[in-house]
Amino acid sequence: MKTELTVNGRAVTVDVEPRMTLLDCLRDELDLKGTHAGCEHGVCGACTVMVDGRAVRSCLMLAVQGDGLDIRTIEGFAPDAGELSVVQDAFCETHGLQCGYCTPGMIVAAHALLSHNDEPSDEEIRDAISGNICRCTGYGQIVEAIRLAAERMRQSNTRAFEAEGGESA
Amino acid sequence: MKPAPFSYVRPSSLDEACAALASEEDARVLAGGQTLMPMLAMRLSRPTLLVDITRIAELIGIEEQGSSIVVRAATVQAYALRSELIAREVPLLAKALPNVGHPPTRNRGTVGGSVAHGDPSAEISLAATVLEAGIVFRDGEDETSFLPEEFFIGPTVTMAPMGGCLTRIVFPKKPSGRVGTGFHEVASRRSDYAFASAAAQLVFDEDGTCSEARLGIGSVGDVPVKVDVDGLVGGAADDAAIRDVVAEALRDLEAVDDLHATASYRRRAAAALAERALREARDEALESRP
Ligand code: FES
Ligand code: FES
Repeated sequence: MKTELTVNGRAVTVDVEPRMTLLDCLRDELDLKGTHAGCEHGVCGACTVMVDGRAVRSCLMLAVQGDGLDIRTIEGFAPDAGELSVVQDAFCETHGLQCGYCTPGMIVAAHALLSHNDEPSDEEIRDAISGNICRCTGYGQIVEAIRLAAERMRQSNTRAFEAEGGESA
Repeated sequence: MKPAPFSYVRPSSLDEACAALASEEDARVLAGGQTLMPMLAMRLSRPTLLVDITRIAELIGIEEQGSSIVVRAATVQAYALRSELIAREVPLLAKALPNVGHPPTRNRGTVGGSVAHGDPSAEISLAATVLEAGIVFRDGEDETSFLPEEFFIGPTVTMAPMGGCLTRIVFPKKPSGRVGTGFHEVASRRSDYAFASAAAQLVFDEDGTCSEARLGIGSVGDVPVKVDVDGLVGGAADDAAIRDVVAEALRDLEAVDDLHATASYRRRAAAALAERALREARDEALESRP
């Protein structure tokens, strides 16, 4: 089934079976392997991407349901090739990742939060990543990373990513 | 974790959706997919045709209609959570919504989907049960409305007509008077499936006498249940009265045993949560102006 998606600002047309999830489409059809496949049934959050500015789980959405929608994956947050976004940078600095499996989902969730809340409390940060499981860090450094990213964005007066509506994460 | 093959249509009107649903025996509605997609991935459900209703304009939105607030079935939960109409007129639903899933699942999951699947731990279903909301289906040409207590018949088993499409949930507006609500649940992680949940709404008159009391328990038995707390009516609903009425009301509460929690734990948790929800409802009502 022909499906038109905008992925990280680029218009693409894919021809996929209806049963293909957006996750598999991104990874296998578009070769964007940054979005991770964890549980593949909506439990872990590793597959989180932005759809029309809102964080959603790409394993719980069919690729054909993305027709006409704007999708942003972890590959779409860095300002330029070889660079990192403020949030990605903060994760490195505070050791917000170890094995890195959960990290793309965590970073997308963090961007979603910071796009509409530039001064989140720790409580709000925890809520934003409550749907993302990390088996390594114990979450402490992830919360710290998001707090640091928020602070830097406030100082430089930039928002993570202009999102319309949607909820945190 | 790959679904079995199916075909897919994305109609733009309810009529087209109903025609598609009637065209095949194993056709199913797909809305936000937050419950159905995991079932497809685990092959617990193997429909031959999915009818995507997420872009049918007449199934999206929240509006005031007389003494009701109508939430159309494909309205996304995140949108309902931000709705001022719901916050003002259906405060119990407003309290339930933050407990539904996580931000990313609320961004796709729909109000109708949560009810249609009949999960015993669904918070929206519990609020609908307590408030006796109308659950309205379109089935071909006909429209059928169910009360929650007749609609939910078992875990993920409902009275939904075969080939029907849920169109809206009709919540009664909060009554006049001093109204307070409470919603509490316990889960292993924030917003995860609850082991027990309680939702309460109390109405007080001018001089602080309780004139209406509602309580519901979710996640404990096979379906969300409304329990009788009329014993609070006519009194001040003080802590002791709440304790006694809850103990009496939950005496025969059916509870399930599973690997997450034992039946006896669920019963104890339900009683504690029910008391907490009622106390919160009372305090909120008494603080509010008539
Ligand atoms: S892979 Fe999507 S939630 Fe786990
Ligand atoms: S860093 Fe390993 S799962 Fe989070």
